[in-house]
Amino acid sequence: MATQKRTVDVALSTTGVDAQGRPQRVPLVTADDGSPVAVEAPPMVEPDLAGEHMLINIGPQHPATHGVLRLVLELDGETVVRCIPHVGYLHCGFEKLGEYRQYNQILPLTDREDYLNSMGNNVGHVMTAERLFGIEITERCKVLRVIACELSRIASHLVWLGTTCIDIGAFTPFLWAFQQREYIYDLIELWVGARLTPTITRVGGLAADIPDGWMDNLRNFIAKFPNTVEEIDRMLTKNGIWVGRTVGLGILTPEEAVNYGLSGPMLRASGVAYDVRKDFPYYDYETYDFDVPVGTNGDVYDRYLVRMEELRQSVRIVEQAIKRLPDGPINVDDPRVILPNKSKATSEMESMIHHFKLVMEGPRPPLGEAYVAMESPKGEKGYYMVSDGTSKPVRWRIRPPSFVNLSAIPKMVEGHLLSDVIAINASIDIVMGEIDR
Amino acid sequence: MTAPFDIAHAGSANKGSDAPATPRNVPNRGGAPNPSAADLKAKFGTAIRRVDVVWGETNVYVAPEAALDIIRWLHDDASQQYDYLVDVTAVEYRDLEQPIEVVWHLRSLPYRRFLRVKAQLTKNRPLEIPSVWSIYKSADWLERECFDMFGITFVGHPDLRRILMWEQYREGFPLRKDFPLRGRFSRAEQLRQALAANPEARYSMEELTIADAFEDLPTDMRQRLRGGERTGE
Repeated sequence: MATQKRTVDVALSTTGVDAQGRPQRVPLVTADDGSPVAVEAPPMVEPDLAGEHMLINIGPQHPATHGVLRLVLELDGETVVRCIPHVGYLHCGFEKLGEYRQYNQILPLTDREDYLNSMGNNVGHVMTAERLFGIEITERCKVLRVIACELSRIASHLVWLGTTCIDIGAFTPFLWAFQQREYIYDLIELWVGARLTPTITRVGGLAADIPDGWMDNLRNFIAKFPNTVEEIDRMLTKNGIWVGRTVGLGILTPEEAVNYGLSGPMLRASGVAYDVRKDFPYYDYETYDFDVPVGTNGDVYDRYLVRMEELRQSVRIVEQAIKRLPDGPINVDDPRVILPNKSKATSEMESMIHHFKLVMEGPRPPLGEAYVAMESPKGEKGYYMVSDGTSKPVRWRIRPPSFVNLSAIPKMVEGHLLSDVIAINASIDIVMGEIDR
Repeated sequence: MTAPFDIAHAGSANKGSDAPATPRNVPNRGGAPNPSAADLKAKFGTAIRRVDVVWGETNVYVAPEAALDIIRWLHDDASQQYDYLVDVTAVEYRDLEQPIEVVWHLRSLPYRRFLRVKAQLTKNRPLEIPSVWSIYKSADWLERECFDMFGITFVGHPDLRRILMWEQYREGFPLRKDFPLRGRFSRAEQLRQALAANPEARYSMEELTIADAFEDLPTDMRQRLRGGERTGE
């Protein structure tokens, strides 16, 4: 049966005009027989909201706060007048736990604080521990650790890129970024068996050498990965919506950025060329040829540009590391920290005692203290350890870059719109696991 | 479109011989101290208690009451320029007789120097130390964390509240050595407190002064807040 075209008359009960002169409309109410019933329009009185501030709570369970951050905002209309951040919802007491663990046993804790950069944290922790033991690691180990750090940086920046895109309203780059991140995790899985929390280092060396053929996989990844960076770059860098949502937001001058103790891409976007890899180098970073991108405006857009460039520079570093990777042992030849091999431990008395003592008591560094910083994707990440000569540190302190970076958020968001708070918060690249520890 | 930012070569090995290098074979004790240590001794005399070099890093032990002046001088003086406060933390030793140390990690970005300033606080007096918030804004949260974890009062800090633990936390200061790893209260007591807490009451007094928020609270909470309670419990 052909459907008949028909017109439905909708009776709108219009009872007058409101304060702005627009016709007031009320919903059509019909009686049982279908005839329209006129209803009284509710009185339309615009409340006077001038000068009245509103309290808005974002988080701790909010997808755009990147974890369990809670922001209490005072709003005047849509403008933020004051921002009071609350952290600590993920506090696990890692620093306390570290005082009850041997230096190698602390490593799993470092995986779990900044869980996007777990390999970098492993490296940072053992770097400080090795300073405390006075150990110089082998050349091969150094290069492998540099590769681990840079892969970790790429993975962390990709998560930042993806989640920031989601926050600002772009979905596709998120998928591209997370796909590439999967390849990195596949590489780590091939290397040590774990993905997110690999615990890749040991004091004096590494958990495992890279397996056969791993370098080919890495070369494959490094060859293809820049395409994704360029794709995302084409998609976002000159995109009107992206630019409109990021330019001119959360500006910090170089002086402010230094005074607030910012580090990493946050600091460099403000125009301060401070990179731990260049200024206080470790693992021969001074011999790698790479550039440090430095922004000029210190806004969200510059932070995006800096991180994009860091992705490219990390690829350069990995390429150079692949070329220079020497053969040789991955662990130092130092019986204070490295276990004797299994056949010796089961056949020789001395090795067996040594094995037993190392496992049961743990390695003991001499009296002393050390702070060694590294450039994590979030900024300057330092580990500060104080040893009293026992196998467990007296104080195990993490210098958390996102914690210090986040402390500048009230300064950055005040005066901006509520929707910009999300973009500014995303640009800090926070990981609550590291902030709360 | 030109590149909207500079690519800096700061400290790169390509840029001459003054580029910093990875430290190697750092000795446990001794070595060249940071030149700022000698300047500090010349300037502040007895307020500088001791200087030693451990694993290549210079420790300067200062008198607690002079700490603020010393750090301000390090920040302001043109020959020092310690413009970057890396970290504020404290160390308590397992030997309970030893004083608690407050540790400032300072960096001079222009001179590429790193200095560790320490002040020792004896335990038989209230743990108080001047705040460096007026010099470095980064001290804000770092000092709050140190207060939260060690109970050290930073005199002059504008907003010294707990930061990682919640404001109603009554068990003490978690990173102190007399604090047991599992906490002071039993699991049952911790659970009871967690369940009894009013989740609506997680606003600080400062936040409650905002606008009409105060009027939106339940009546009993308003009464208790008027009575001087900081937050509901």
